[in-house]
Amino acid sequence: MAPLLELNEVSARYGQVAALHGVSLAVDEGEIVALLGANGAGKTTTLRAVSGIVRRTGDVVFAGKRLRGGPEATARAGIAHVPEGRGIFAELTVWENLRMGAYMRRGRRPDLTTVLEYFPWLEARRNQQAGTLSGGEQQMLALARAFLQRPRLLMLDEPSLGLAPLITREVFRVVGDLNEKEGLAVLVVEQNAAIALAAARRAYVLETGNVATSGDADALKSNNAVRTAYLGY
Amino acid sequence: MQQFFQALTTGLADGSIYASLALALVLIYKATEVINFAQGEMAMFTTYIAYALYTHPHFGHTLPYWWMFAVTLALAFVFGVGLQRVVIRPLERASVLTVVMATIALLVILQGAAEWIWSPELKFFPSPFPTSTWVVGGVHISKQDTGTFGVTLACVLVLWLFFRFTKLGLAMRAGAVNPAAARLLGVRTSWLLALGWGFAAVLGAVSGMMSAPTQFLSPTMMDAVLIFAFAGAILGGLESPVGAVAGGLGIGILLSMLGTYVHAVTPELRLPVALAILLVVLLVRPAGLLGRVVVRRV
Ligand SMILES: Nc1ncnc2c1ncn2[C@@H]1O[C@H](COP(=O)(O)OP(=O)(O)OP(=O)(O)O)[C@@H](O)[C@H]1O
Ligand SMILES: [Mg+2]
Repeated sequence: MAPLLELNEVSARYGQVAALHGVSLAVDEGEIVALLGANGAGKTTTLRAVSGIVRRTGDVVFAGKRLRGGPEATARAGIAHVPEGRGIFAELTVWENLRMGAYMRRGRRPDLTTVLEYFPWLEARRNQQAGTLSGGEQQMLALARAFLQRPRLLMLDEPSLGLAPLITREVFRVVGDLNEKEGLAVLVVEQNAAIALAAARRAYVLETGNVATSGDADALKSNNAVRTAYLGY
Repeated sequence: MQQFFQALTTGLADGSIYASLALALVLIYKATEVINFAQGEMAMFTTYIAYALYTHPHFGHTLPYWWMFAVTLALAFVFGVGLQRVVIRPLERASVLTVVMATIALLVILQGAAEWIWSPELKFFPSPFPTSTWVVGGVHISKQDTGTFGVTLACVLVLWLFFRFTKLGLAMRAGAVNPAAARLLGVRTSWLLALGWGFAAVLGAVSGMMSAPTQFLSPTMMDAVLIFAFAGAILGGLESPVGAVAGGLGIGILLSMLGTYVHAVTPELRLPVALAILLVVLLVRPAGLLGRVVVRRV
């Protein structure tokens, strides 16, 4: 079976600076894949290249179709991208943020309550200004909003950024839940390799814009190079 | 008493005109951080379109006023969307300063075009309201002023309802807060910006058609109005639609009161006085009365 998402020799640059040199990777239907690497390795750029935020060369194929166009088009194709920094609408309320998640759906009042199954605490906070939520809550809100997009693939950029370990675990628990119960495929960028490898089935390690290593998460956990570089033991 | 209420109603009427134009400025500023210097000229130009409809040899005088009004608003909307698509959108990746320059160019072009098409001489523009007054408890209230105030604020209210309660309105607010995130949710922000320009043009047309009857139609008629609207928008903090409306109304009332009670403030002095007030406010509160100091994201 063809993978859900496939990158074929994808390159991207910022002005004169090349950030990706021919990255190839794949995410299968229903699996969690981690994208690891040091600061500046090109993880964020990889996600941005898929979404069409940065110009890219090379093919990105999603659900059998070549992706083209900007982030609007990628979202409409069925990919939810929670960007670095979460992309919350700080001045809008929690509920308005969620309504924006369902923006692409037809009908005037789409049902948002499905989200409460995974994020029950949102109900009590619905009228709170999203910018006043804690970092962990904002990350959860971004996840909830992405869930309401009804995507086939969820791309997360460093969901653990700035969060306490306990909250990070909670975020990954919800991601695992969504993956299991909804069959949602996930491509997650992480600095925290330990938690990402625990959640993921497979992983890719980026180094200066190239895929350096890839394989099953379990195999990578015991790979010496990965261990010393990213797991620190 | 009589004098006070007269000054108040005139101030509210003028102020509502400033308010709607100030709101148009804020609408575009909030979405793109661009100050649209052509806002006044857009208003003037669409008022000339109303004039052209009104004086049209075939359906001109047979067309009831409110039809002309509605058709003009529709044309203004198309005009605003068109301007964004043709002039502003190609500058999407340019700096804010470049876009501001483009709006200044637009100002000059629209003014020149209006002079060329309709000549610079003053023209009579009809009012939908009678010149008579109501007498309430011994106080005369101008129907013209009340009508102007009512129509302008009704338009502002409709716009507020749109932003508050519709999905598209919500998307426009979201796009103004964080355009990159909105696009990731499937929002075609580029079209929403065009929609914003359409609304700004409609607000301009309302303010133009409401101010033309009392000061006659001319290619420069909105120059002073735009400055008062700027003052209102800045008083309100430039980022706040509510602030813009309050600021516009405040400027209108203030100028009217000054004209009535401070005899030194003759009509010629209105503009300098308004700007002096503006300067003082900005010195005391750089973010405007209702604004908050924004830390620039880089
Ligand atoms: N907007 C930009 N302009 C210029 N260069 C950029 C820009 N964004 C990223 N880069 C460069 O591209 C390279 C890859 O950056 P990217 O953000 O993809 O790294 P990353 O793996 O996500 O790093 P981090 O873990 O720190 O988030 C880096 O060398 C970075 O300096
Ligand atoms: Mg990054």
